[in-house]
Parts: sequence; C-alpha cells; structure tokens
Amino acid sequence: MKFSNLMSNSGEWLRGEGPHHQIVVSSRVRLARNLRNRAFPGHAKKAERTAVLDMVKPCVERLSEMQDSFSEFLQDLSAVEKQVLVERHLISREHAAKGAGSAVIMNRRQTLSIMINEEDHLRMQSMRSGLQLKQAFKLLDKIDSALEGELEFAYDGRLGYLTACPTNVGTGMRASAMLHLPGLVLSELINQVVQAVSKIGLAVRGFYGEGTEAMGNLFQISNQTTLGEKEDEIITRLTKVIETIIQKEHDARQVLIQKRSNTLWDQIGRAYGVLTYAHAMSSKEALNLLSIIKLGIDLGAFPEDKRLAIDELFIDTQPAHLQRSSQQKLSADERDHLRAQIIRTRLKVLPKPDISKLAKEASNGSSSEPTGQ
Amino acid sequence: MLCDVCKCNDATVFLTQIIEGKMQKVNLCDACSKEKGVQDPTGFALADLLLGIGAAEEIEKGVATQRCPVCGFTQADFKKTGRLGCSACYATFTEALTALLKAMHKGTSHVGKVPQRAHRAVELSDRMRDLNESLQKAVAEENYETAASLRDQIKQLEGESTR
Repeated sequence: MKFSNLMSNSGEWLRGEGPHHQIVVSSRVRLARNLRNRAFPGHAKKAERTAVLDMVKPCVERLSEMQDSFSEFLQDLSAVEKQVLVERHLISREHAAKGAGSAVIMNRRQTLSIMINEEDHLRMQSMRSGLQLKQAFKLLDKIDSALEGELEFAYDGRLGYLTACPTNVGTGMRASAMLHLPGLVLSELINQVVQAVSKIGLAVRGFYGEGTEAMGNLFQISNQTTLGEKEDEIITRLTKVIETIIQKEHDARQVLIQKRSNTLWDQIGRAYGVLTYAHAMSSKEALNLLSIIKLGIDLGAFPEDKRLAIDELFIDTQPAHLQRSSQQKLSADERDHLRAQIIRTRLKVLPKPDISKLAKEASNGSSSEPTGQ
Repeated sequence: MLCDVCKCNDATVFLTQIIEGKMQKVNLCDACSKEKGVQDPTGFALADLLLGIGAAEEIEKGVATQRCPVCGFTQADFKKTGRLGCSACYATFTEALTALLKAMHKGTSHVGKVPQRAHRAVELSDRMRDLNESLQKAVAEENYETAASLRDQIKQLEGESTR
C-alpha cells in the first residue's frame, strides 16, 4: 500500500466510536519483544540490525492481519511522512528519528502498527477508539502468539519478556488511553487527579506521550510497571481508574453548568469566535480551542453530527499534516495562516453555539439536588 | 569532610540532587568525581537514580569491568544509556538489576504471558531430567542395553533443544 492510500483513510481509532468515546478519545496497547541473544537495536551494529530486520519483516508481513498493509523501511520515508505518522500516533517520535535498519508495518484500518528496531526489536501496538483496552490487547495477544511461532523471543522464566529498558521487562506491555478532560481542567481539579493517579503507579502524560505537555485538554494515562502483574490485571486496573476519571469529568462538567455557566458559555463563545475569524493560529492554540468546541458538542451547544469534522481537525491541523496537504515547505508563519484558513473553511458548516439547552439544564439544576461532588 | 566513595581523600565536589522529591547529597574527592563522571551530569544522575549511591559503590569494586559474553555490553554502558545491550545482559548484570527492578516494579517475578516456546523448553528439560535419572539407574543396575537406548534418546532430545 502506498503512503497516499494510507492517508486517504483517517484511521479507525480516530472515528469517535466505542464506549465512552466523548471522553476517551482512544485506547492503545503496545507490546515490546526482542529476539533471543541478539543485541538490542540501540547497541547493535548496522549489520546486526539489518539481519534482525530481514528476519522479522517477512514474518510480520505474512500475518493475516497484515494482508493489506503499509510496509516501509524508515529510510524510504520522507521527514514529513514520518512526522505525519507520529502525529497520528502510528509510530513513536523515537522511531521517526531512525533511518536504515528500521521499518514500520501497519494495517489499512490503522488499528495495528508494528515497528521493527525501535528501542526493542519489535514494538507492536493496537489502537481502538473509545475505551476498549481489552479488545486492543486481545488483537495484540493474537499477533504476538502468531509471531512467537516463527521467532524466538527473549524470555526468562523469572523476568518474563526481556526488553532493552528494564522499565518494560516482564509483560513488555504498556496500555494507555487518551482522555479529553476539559471539565477537570476548567474547574482546576486536574492536578488533583494527576497526582492521585501517579500515586497508584500509573502515569499521566501529554498529547504526544512521554515528556510532552498537555494540549487541547488531552491526557494520556498508562500503566507504569510491567513486572509482577498479569496483563489482564494491569488492563482491568487501568480501566477501573479511567472509569473513575470519566465519572469525575462528568461531575466537573455538571458543576460547571450549574455553578459557572457564564464562564462556560464565554469559553465556548470565544472558542467559536476565534476559530471562525482568526487568520493565524498556532498548533497549540488550535488544539486548546478545538477542545472547547468538542466540549460544546458534548454539552449540546453544537449539533452532534459535526463531531467528526472537529475530531479530524485535531489531527489535520498538526504541523506535518499541514505541510503535507500544502505539498510545499512552509515556514511557521505560513503554517499558522494555513491552519487558520483550514479551520475557518471547515467550520463554515458549524452553526453558532446554541446555549438554550445548557441554560435549561442550568436552571433545572439550581432547583434540584446538587450532583456528584 | 571525607569523600563518600574512597573515604580517604578530602571531598572537593559537593553534589545535591533532588530525586523524586527527596534530596540526596554526595561529597566526592577530585579523583572520584572524575572517575564517576560527575562532569557529565546526565550520566551521573542516571547512575545515581537507577542504582543508588551504595549500589554504585558496590559496582565500583569490580563488577564494572564485567562484560556481557554475548554482546560485550558493560555496566558502564548501562549507566550511561539506561538501556541494556541484549537479552543475555539480564543474566550478566543480574546483581545490579535485581535491586533496580525491585524499586521500579510491582513485583520481582513475571506472572503474565508465557510463550509457547518456553512451555516447550520446560517440557524438554523435564523429559531430559527423567531420562538422565533413568540412565543413572540403568547404569547402576548394570542394565547396559536399556542404558544405551536411554543415551540415544538423550542425544536426540539434545538435538531438538538446540534447534
């Protein structure tokens, strides 16, 4: 499959489906695997990396799930193409920095992506929209078992799957969900949640994973430890915590509607105004404002059928996506103009915010029992 | 004040780091600070964070020169990168890693998925042990015909396991 064919499809995990899809944008699970007694990619010489790649790539391509796949050596992808894959969370930033000796293979639906010679020989990830960690793991487990028939993975009876970094040893599994939490951010409760989550051995990160800041009120939450706990136990624990956070977010939104409705309407109105009239916009500003529009859809201020258009803008306004759509090299200023232009054009279909439903809820709320908190 | 590492020279380098909210102080003499690569703060912080001051000292006593027989990785390489060289490194550096893994993870033993191949390896080693026991018994009983047949089976099994 060609890169352009891959791009014509927005990817199943971006479709805004699945349980709790309003708050849980996507679920992903990744497994790290290595071949026995072969130097890990970071320590291997070029010839060793190539030998591993030549051995692993055909096995991955033979998988039934990869029959209609996009399979490419990293050196054959342009810098913009690599960055586009990073923005879609199909490869890691670390993998994008790789050249000869590494490859990526993904299925057409973009629900399964396998990186060869990233930090480990194999990094396999499965993505779903909404809260579907169990389903994502199930597919990955099947893929892992199929590959294990052909490749001898580094495994130790006591330590489990052996990985380049000791933080991944054991299951080699990292399960994570991307949560959209504007309610908790607006009510300034997010730090409490982040701290509570960190205390129970889970990690909270920004939009693009490790070391990135939270933009667009998007947060990634994942398991921190991989040794001493079964895969399904990790996933169950993580899912429970996420369900609690979803509830907290709903509660926060209710309190905002009832106690700070003016602030809420102001935020939604301003986001709509700036997005529909601005002529220059940074990626960060776009994400933050689009997040408020997304919240507006959740609360009924905008029609539900416009959700997909907004969700797509989250990805399409990212720098490399803009670069690619314009087919030429853009400066940061030019990108900001193009970004604003694309947003203005696409938002033409979005009617002005209708706060009547919200106002009704707010007045209902004031006469009834306070919810949640 | 004496150096925390060699405990004989006067400390000239005083290092304070905040690691996970806890303050850690290390006092080093000129020679030890150079040896431990304090000039390279990232390398030092990593070693300190990963292995603790005490552990680093232990390693200094000789393990530091240990090399992984499969990939040639050393403890020093691990300190620098925070990554291991190959799967065999886990056995080579098991002492240093045990404490590290304990601090890092929920448990010290894997309880999750076991690859089929590992199942098979366990089966093979069990069968091998049974055969060896039978062989010794046969030899002790001077039952050489049985012993010869057992020896052939063991050879065949060895062939299978190395494949």
